[in-house]
Amino acid sequence: MPREFTPKVVTANALIEGDVVYQTADDRWTRDLSEAELIKDEGLANLRLAQAEGQPELVVGAYLADAAPSEDGPQPTHFREEFRRTGPSNYFHGKQAELTDV
Amino acid sequence: MYNYSEFDAAFVAERNRQFRAQVERRIDGSLTEDEFKPLRLMNGLYLQLHAYMLRVAIPYGTLDSAKMRQLALLAEKWDKGYGHFTTRQNIQYNWPELRDVPDMLDALAEVGMHAIQTSGNTIRNVTADHFAGAAADEIADPRPVAELLRQWSTDHPEFQFLPRKFKIAVTGAPADRAVTMAHDIGLQIVERDGEIGYKVIVGGGLGRTPMIGKVIAEFVSQEDLLPYVEAVVSVWNLLGRRDNKYKSRIKITVHEHGIDDIRARVEERFKVIRPTFSGIDVQLFEEIKAAFAPPAFRDESTAIYETAYKTDPIFRSWADVNLAQHRAPGYAIVQISLKAHGETPGDATAEQMRVMADLAERYGHDELRISHEQNVILPHVHKSDLPAIHAELKKHGLATANIGLISDIIACPGMDYCALATARSIPIAQEIATRFDELKLEHEIGELKIKISGCINACGHHHVGHIGILGLDRAGVENYQITLGGDHTETAAIGDRTGPGFSADEIIPAIERIVEAYLEVRTSAEEPFIKTYRRVGMAPFKAALYEQAEAYAAE
Ligand code: HEM
Ligand code: SF4
Repeated sequence: MPREFTPKVVTANALIEGDVVYQTADDRWTRDLSEAELIKDEGLANLRLAQAEGQPELVVGAYLADAAPSEDGPQPTHFREEFRRTGPSNYFHGKQAELTDV
Repeated sequence: MYNYSEFDAAFVAERNRQFRAQVERRIDGSLTEDEFKPLRLMNGLYLQLHAYMLRVAIPYGTLDSAKMRQLALLAEKWDKGYGHFTTRQNIQYNWPELRDVPDMLDALAEVGMHAIQTSGNTIRNVTADHFAGAAADEIADPRPVAELLRQWSTDHPEFQFLPRKFKIAVTGAPADRAVTMAHDIGLQIVERDGEIGYKVIVGGGLGRTPMIGKVIAEFVSQEDLLPYVEAVVSVWNLLGRRDNKYKSRIKITVHEHGIDDIRARVEERFKVIRPTFSGIDVQLFEEIKAAFAPPAFRDESTAIYETAYKTDPIFRSWADVNLAQHRAPGYAIVQISLKAHGETPGDATAEQMRVMADLAERYGHDELRISHEQNVILPHVHKSDLPAIHAELKKHGLATANIGLISDIIACPGMDYCALATARSIPIAQEIATRFDELKLEHEIGELKIKISGCINACGHHHVGHIGILGLDRAGVENYQITLGGDHTETAAIGDRTGPGFSADEIIPAIERIVEAYLEVRTSAEEPFIKTYRRVGMAPFKAALYEQAEAYAAE
């Protein structure tokens, strides 16, 4: 039996600012993980990653990150992705500061 | 202080101009990331977790107020108002935007600074004792030779694509404050029959396979130094393993071939290279040395200092801990702690940088140093100025009296910023400092160096911490491994692992148990942690760490 595929999101860094971004189902890049497309199929995940890699003028270093579904959209399953989602723990800087501005 | 020549300035300007064009071409899409990445790394620009990171070299940790003010300007104008001083006498900016970096580099160039060779497989920023030119125990100032090495290595055509990065550190005193034993090449200035020369150590390094360097030459004369160092790098350039990144550093080459084999090869190579050095380097060295002439020290009463010392206990405790002995009578070396309890080790705000620049200009012969321990030094201060300096530092959160104590922690950026990290380091450092401040035990414990890294690369020097902490990822959870007995000085040693690691919740209590065990077994307050560890070994600490923990769990 094939190994069960853990759901993924496509994530990268924005080219200019370096901010962590996620791919949405309608092909935008969002800074908010809850808006990301949660991909449950391996073939589709690879396709979406390839599409992301085809946008070097927008993002760098795209990869697939594990995520879990929740009422509030995809959630990180590993602490590294948790820190990428929020920003550093020593200052209220980066995304955590920006997202409250929204 | 050494000032760069017109040639240097033109070289940096040309590099910046090229890089500006490369950034433009990356942004307009004509360069791919694969093409751009090596170019940005050549200019000290990394992509980290949340943003780009620009690493700026502070050669041998020396700067003047103009340079420090410019670092403040960069922090304010293009970053989030602060910078992070590292263990390699660099400053890192954590939040620049790609399009601003060329402007940042131009601003640095205005004051003779740059980010060249702060990354990549080249000879990196040459580091030195942060008390250089000031320390009472110094044989000779290590900075002229560090500057000579900097000029020789910058853009050296043979050394731009080495098997791996290469780091050189120099100390001019028997007390090693430059961690020379854990560098690819460590140079120790020594004196033999009245002649100044160099003891050369090779193959030290931290990271995945930590090693203490080995002596390859007991005495190399000034005339022979540059060709000798070139011979070492060139032998490694040939032998160093390019097939495996983890085996490419010179420490592995030395380990695999043995120091005697390497020494023989270096001597062989030296014979070939030596005649190609015409002596211009020795002439240049004399010129550089003249540029590092000590300032004109004042001969004045220190009565103001003595009075403050007697009457002001806060000043006294700061002076007891943060001052070091200067070579000139009536003078002191001031160590400014960037480790206020609960703050990020090594961070300084733009305002704090300006305060330190002002103090250096007003009271410190316009000199500042950055230490590998992530603190700032005013190397030449007359004691009568100390009360005024202390008062000013106090106003800006810079008067923490903790140099060398448990809260004077080296911590790398860890997973809060670094893309390579396996766990966070900063919050652990913050919690330890806060905890021991609450316990009011810090001064009672005395000298104790804690060093924390967020992954095996060991940028936080954990292997050579009296207590070393290494952050790891254990099955998706942050886990911290402890080593004890590391030492970064002339008696360098790699710490021993205590056993299984601790979770983020358990690590602070674990450190506390180590410290309690130390307070119990030390002969007196005069026996610092590292000496106690050497006397009693691991057993009492291991018991405190694990048996007590088991006892708690069983309750
Ligand atoms: C954040 C970006 C950084 C990256 C990508 C990075 C990368 C690395 C890597 C890959 C190594 C291992 C080298 C090896 O042994 O082959 C290393 C070692 C080291 N780094 Fe960093 N580092 C970073 C930040 C820092 C900082 C902030 C410091 C100082 C606080 C630092 C100082 C050092 C030192 C002292 C070593 C010691 C290992 C040795 O060369 O023997 N690095 N770094
Ligand atoms: S030790 Fe690891 S986590 Fe820390 S700065 Fe170095 S590479 Fe990053």
